[in-house]
Amino acid sequence: MKYLDEFRDPELARRLLDEIARTVTRPWTLMEVCGGQTHSIIRNGIDQLLPEQIELIHGPGCPVCVTPLEMIDKALAIAAKPGVIFCSFGDMLRVPGSREDLFAVKSRGGDVRIVYSPLDAVKLARENPDRQVVFFGVGFETTAPANAMAVFQAKQLGLKNFSMLVSHVLVPPAITALLASPRNRVQGFLAAGHVCSVMGFWEYEPIVAEHKVPIVVTGFEPLDVLEGIRRAVAQLEAGRAEVENAYARAVQREGNKPAQKMVADVFETGDRLWRGIGLIPMSGWRLREAYRDYDAEHRFSVGDIHTEESPLCHSGEVLQGLLKPNQCPAFGKECTPQKPLGATMVSSEGACAAYYNYGRFITPDEISLPV
Amino acid sequence: MTDLNFDNWTCPLPLRDYPNIVMGHGGGGKLSGELIEHLFVPAFQNDDLAELGDSTVLPFAGGRLAYSTDSFVVRPMFFPGGDIGDLAINGTVNDIAMSGAQPLWLSAGFILEEGLSMNALGAIVDSMGRAARAAGVRLVTGDTKVVDRGHGDGVYINTSGIGVVPEGVHIGPSRARPGDVVLVSGEIGVHGTAIMSVRQGLEFGAAIESDTAPLNGLVAAMLAVTHDIHVLRDPTRGGVASTLNEIARSSRVGVQIDERAVPVPQIVRSACEMLGLDPLYVANEGKLIAIVPAERAEAVLAAMRAHPLGAKAARIGQVSDKNPGMVVARTGLGATRVVSLQIGEQLPRIC
Repeated sequence: MKYLDEFRDPELARRLLDEIARTVTRPWTLMEVCGGQTHSIIRNGIDQLLPEQIELIHGPGCPVCVTPLEMIDKALAIAAKPGVIFCSFGDMLRVPGSREDLFAVKSRGGDVRIVYSPLDAVKLARENPDRQVVFFGVGFETTAPANAMAVFQAKQLGLKNFSMLVSHVLVPPAITALLASPRNRVQGFLAAGHVCSVMGFWEYEPIVAEHKVPIVVTGFEPLDVLEGIRRAVAQLEAGRAEVENAYARAVQREGNKPAQKMVADVFETGDRLWRGIGLIPMSGWRLREAYRDYDAEHRFSVGDIHTEESPLCHSGEVLQGLLKPNQCPAFGKECTPQKPLGATMVSSEGACAAYYNYGRFITPDEISLPV
Repeated sequence: MTDLNFDNWTCPLPLRDYPNIVMGHGGGGKLSGELIEHLFVPAFQNDDLAELGDSTVLPFAGGRLAYSTDSFVVRPMFFPGGDIGDLAINGTVNDIAMSGAQPLWLSAGFILEEGLSMNALGAIVDSMGRAARAAGVRLVTGDTKVVDRGHGDGVYINTSGIGVVPEGVHIGPSRARPGDVVLVSGEIGVHGTAIMSVRQGLEFGAAIESDTAPLNGLVAAMLAVTHDIHVLRDPTRGGVASTLNEIARSSRVGVQIDERAVPVPQIVRSACEMLGLDPLYVANEGKLIAIVPAERAEAVLAAMRAHPLGAKAARIGQVSDKNPGMVVARTGLGATRVVSLQIGEQLPRIC
């Protein structure tokens, strides 16, 4: 794989940091939308290296974190059924439902498997005609084309034993909802590069026009993130608000048309509940009527499962950037990666887990490292 | 599954009646006896084993012994660069070597699943014999049980071993001291990546082989330079990050590493990027972490680099009295982060 070292060069990072420091004249609050960017920022310590005036708020772009509790409970109910092979991406397995997680179901004999692609689940369905294979289809626009392809292929193949538990969420409605909130503090966005590689960035143009906030399409490597910040700060300092593409090696304005077509064929837009945030209108994708037979909620009659979230968990405020993870009263006390109250503490992309794992319960000046 | 190499192994005649393991092979009767006599004994051949008693009495002239045991449940049984057999030998050899001891005698306990092919078992046992000879250890006692089909995973192996600690050598996980230097014997994350590359549903573009190897020779070469080595650990499950955390807790010191100094091969970095994993947490089977006094660091490092299994050895950090119990890394960009202990296995990320 190329492009690892090229975008981690400490000397180039230093130059970008210097330029950001020269440009900034007053405080700005930016939100990185995607959990992958949060992970990169915390893992590399980028926030420690930025000028004090720049505050980064970690956005709601972690698919594991925003999947509603009741959807997890539905997954647990389906996975526990005899005859079911329940397939999921790895990091959903440790997300706590209201009582337990998928690992617990597995230890009691549930057939829960980690797959690396939804198409692996389709393959499992073909190989196990006497079993019901269910794939947990979560994620943003990034994972949607492959999930759509899996359902599409299952229908083409006439598979009667494949279905998908769908909890897809969309970035633009979430940004719009944040901007409309009276408590919003975000002045500029780093848009999620991988989402844009699928969807393009034309969707952000009307948002920028209406709300006058810079949105910079940003990648995930340290230099990508710094370049996104540099461009957002430059716009803010100059009083501009535009959509800019700082991830041109992966993203074009129109996005990936064949992927969009596959998604549009299988999914339709609908209201979606976000864990910790609430219902955002038209912010998710669900299976179209033509694919209703492949909807696991329908097949296993789990539509009537409704669950309340822990009152101690402030993940909603964390996801909206109103609270830093280590400002939550439960952080590191009632809530740790061993016993997470909310999904933001579970996923490695979750802001709380990133803070916990990379030691943000101690301040950086408590750590002194001789070079 | 990788291609098996049966060049050096031929199925002994009396076993041909059963091309697969049957429950009777664990029954303690004739079939058990045949398995031991015709398969295990020839593979592990030595005088101490030949008596086939319940235990083996071994000569010992005083001093201190190191004793260790480990169980192996790896899946798949055969992977690029090794198999469960040589892993089971090298694993225990290395555990013993990490106390500075020269491993001498090993036991092998097998839990076989009914239906296991005799060819597969033969290849595994043959590989164990070769690994034992390469490490200079003898397999002197063993046990076999067979479980019903569906109640095992082909073969589970437990090995235990005994070694003799040279006089004047005092190595242990609680002996790291502020000011010590942290060394690693080579590129990290190779074994775990090799295993992942053959797990169902994951195929990498390039081939990668496990680094499984016996480290007692390397340790002996290091001890030949100085007996003043404080800690040796082989960072297997949980990788370098978990091992350093255990040392930091056990010695009540802080460990500081420079991420840029840690040798990670390109293919491991690429695989970890794809799966959303951190190479610091990926398993190794032929690497060690050494913590040595600063004034001995250069000499020990030179001795490691002069040995074939330490050619890419590197200095990756130091021990301090700051933040006892914690491991802190200087990131590639020059910021800091805490390298914490993992909860369980690393889980591949969604995107």
